[in-house]
Amino acid sequence: MAGSIEHEIAIGRARELESVPILEKIHEWVVTVDHKRLGLMYICGGLLFFVVAGLQAVTMRLQLAMPNAGLVPPEVFNRLLTMHGTAMIFLVGMPILTGFFNYLVPLMIGARDLAFPRLNAFGFWLWFFGALLLYFSYIAGDGLYGAGSAPDVGWFAYAPLTERAFSRGNSTDYWILSILLTSVGSTATAINLIATTFSMRCEGMTLSKMPVLVWLSLVVSFMMLIALAPLSAAQVMLLLDRFVGAHFFDTQAGGSAVLWQHFFWIFGHPEVYILVIPVFAFASEIIPVFSRKVIFGYAVMVAASGAIAFISLSVWAHHMFAVGMTPAGNSFFATSTMLVGVPTGIKIFNWLGTIWGGKLRLQVPMLFCIAFLFQFLIAGLTGIMLGVAPFDWQLTDTYFVVAHFHYVLVGAIIFMIFAAIYYWFPKATGRMLSERLGKWHFWLFLIGFHLTFDTLHFAGMTGMPRRIYTYQPGRGLDTLNLVASIGAVLQAVAVLILIINVVRSLRSGELAGDDPWDAWTLEWSTTSPPPEYNFATPPVVRSRRPLWDLKHPEDPDWRYE
Amino acid sequence: MSAYLKRCWIWMTIAALGGAPIIALADDWGMGESNAKIPPSSIFNPISTPAREIDTVAFFVVAITAVIFLIVASLLAYSVIRFRARAGDDGREPAQVYGSNPIEFAWTTVPIIIVFVLILVTARTIYMIQAAPRPPGALSVHVIGHQWWWEFRYPALGIVTANELHVPLSDPHSPTPTFLDLESADVAHSFWVPRLAGKTDLIPNKKNSMWIDPQVAGTYLGQCGEYCGTEHAMMLLRVIVEPRADFERWASAQRQPPVLDASASHGRIVFETTACVSCHTIRGTAADGRFGPDLTHIMSRQTLGAGVAMNTPAHLKIWVNDPAQMKPGALMPAMNLGGKDLDDLVAYLATLR
Repeated sequence: MAGSIEHEIAIGRARELESVPILEKIHEWVVTVDHKRLGLMYICGGLLFFVVAGLQAVTMRLQLAMPNAGLVPPEVFNRLLTMHGTAMIFLVGMPILTGFFNYLVPLMIGARDLAFPRLNAFGFWLWFFGALLLYFSYIAGDGLYGAGSAPDVGWFAYAPLTERAFSRGNSTDYWILSILLTSVGSTATAINLIATTFSMRCEGMTLSKMPVLVWLSLVVSFMMLIALAPLSAAQVMLLLDRFVGAHFFDTQAGGSAVLWQHFFWIFGHPEVYILVIPVFAFASEIIPVFSRKVIFGYAVMVAASGAIAFISLSVWAHHMFAVGMTPAGNSFFATSTMLVGVPTGIKIFNWLGTIWGGKLRLQVPMLFCIAFLFQFLIAGLTGIMLGVAPFDWQLTDTYFVVAHFHYVLVGAIIFMIFAAIYYWFPKATGRMLSERLGKWHFWLFLIGFHLTFDTLHFAGMTGMPRRIYTYQPGRGLDTLNLVASIGAVLQAVAVLILIINVVRSLRSGELAGDDPWDAWTLEWSTTSPPPEYNFATPPVVRSRRPLWDLKHPEDPDWRYE
Repeated sequence: MSAYLKRCWIWMTIAALGGAPIIALADDWGMGESNAKIPPSSIFNPISTPAREIDTVAFFVVAITAVIFLIVASLLAYSVIRFRARAGDDGREPAQVYGSNPIEFAWTTVPIIIVFVLILVTARTIYMIQAAPRPPGALSVHVIGHQWWWEFRYPALGIVTANELHVPLSDPHSPTPTFLDLESADVAHSFWVPRLAGKTDLIPNKKNSMWIDPQVAGTYLGQCGEYCGTEHAMMLLRVIVEPRADFERWASAQRQPPVLDASASHGRIVFETTACVSCHTIRGTAADGRFGPDLTHIMSRQTLGAGVAMNTPAHLKIWVNDPAQMKPGALMPAMNLGGKDLDDLVAYLATLR
């Protein structure tokens, strides 16, 4: 029917202007299968748990601000550390990052939606209820024995602490089921992203013309398919141990405690890369736009990510250097661990190459990117230190490790999630976030981050193990911990500023227009926010930067690719 | 309930002061003063061969990574400052550079060479520490991890003690290392005394071992390095390194049965007729429990409750009456003894030197 597209647009605009009753609005969001709405729901849900788990972290830091403090009793502290860790990985990192992929991948490849929209909605709701289940343990975890409340076995839940003999009540069962559900949801998303990338690209977009972000979402999706399976298997085995008396990990009946560790870490280490490769993807989109240069070494960047994914499947036992492996085993895992440093280094150098010779716009998304580059460099170098197995015998399970992986999870991942929020918020809402508040957010968070995590490296080297609810005075740890706690409060204030910024912008932020950053990928060619069908006409591309070609017809990319 | 109210009050204070960490400090039972006399447990202040080897390789790795950091961070800082957009810019896009194979090759090769060197150094240190032979005369100690205390058994010497490991001083010219055979009675733990060696886990159903050869006499602080439940934080440990003669004197005193003091006989009856005996051993008495620490020479130890309090009769009384007051979550129940029974029991324990 001629003119149907314009007609549809008109209807869409009219519906947006209508004042829809609140219940109907909620209903629309609940039944939606739109990848953009589901993406936003993942991100908002993740941010909600980010605030909750963040407040739990601040509580722990207040307890540790001084030696021998009595703010929370040991049982409560142990629940805090377990819930903080589990939530930050499964309820914050995973959903926010898959949320961004959900939102961006179809837009970037010029598709109307993901390949399986209903599977997408199914995955989201599995995740959502799995997430609620974890926190529901606070009121329901007592179980038949009257013991428990929230899980307190640590986020990697080493056997046999999780067995019935040592973990009574049902708190550990909530932990198991919650992770099982969220993992199934993530697997569904991974399948969806792979199918979408392989079958829904617009005309002209060959694999080698996909934006780096789409490539990396493909890499991460394959990693999820491989890594989540052993995790789910281990959870099922533990469930069998706890309910029907199987003896996989029950050492009192001859089971193996080390077996759990292998199962967990063969998931757990790829998981680190499942979380960090998406933020490499954000950096590879944002840094070029704010440097005004094409990404340096596109093919190498993609290949390096593939190499990281491949090598990262063979490094898991570097979490287990202290369990008493043979010298040959320790040497193997030390070797594979250090090898990951090579492709990781290549990525940092290529971002440097992208910045080099550019014209850097130091706006908020780029500020977070620059901080990310420095912090990820440090995280990588402390990672090399931990890869040296003998050094790791001293450092493992201390605050040095806590500082190292928070450099990755906060210094790299959270910083880049903030960058991505500032960068794509205008696309998703049609409004800009405030630069002024954004700069306050950035600087406060940066200072707080370094106060907390720089000092914790030294606490670890001075003999402070992780997961302790208190420490005695007179051990040279007092000042370091006080400084770290002050930093935690600053970070909390910075996140509060972000929330204020988001709320204010939603109401009265400056209108963004379609392409506020003068960017080059397809999502900026449609309206902000994009209509439900994404593009009025299916786009056709000739290069990796279709909007560059449009803006610079005299010097298009396709001549050089 | 009062503890709950106290916590509410603390929370309100924190809220009122905008998050300033004003936190009521609990009694440290004399531990702060005692700890302050012992140098901090820095991994960079080793006095035993494994820790020293680690210190050496650590210095090497930190030096290499520091150089890498300085080079890359300076390049980053330089390019951010040099290439930032300036006011009065002509608005034209900079030259688009799509990549460079020679450059990619260079920054791939150099890291591979560095990693190769690091791997060789690492493997050498791994084998030097893990594959060290056990000399025939070396002292062997059986270390058993419990929730939340350490059991030390010296099979060759016939000694059983807890939480404080005594080892002889090792002469660097003719080393006399001590080998620790590590096992767990319940969940995973990890033996860590930073100035002596790296961690090795104590895992149920698995036999691990490690060795130390401390070359400076003194007391060294350590603690459990693997999360093991409620009181993981207070599973502390002290290693007391003594010259050979002092060690022999300690060992022979530990081998003796306790000397019975007639004035404490009622306390002994209290001990032997309550649940104490199900978990504790006192050699020469009816008490032969294995679940808790051996108390035969409890007063020869510096601390109580795996390092939670200094070992004084006053602290002992608080501990016996209700361990949770010092170590909430400890598996020893409150004994609910009356005034005189408690006093006599503590008086009896105080004779176990």
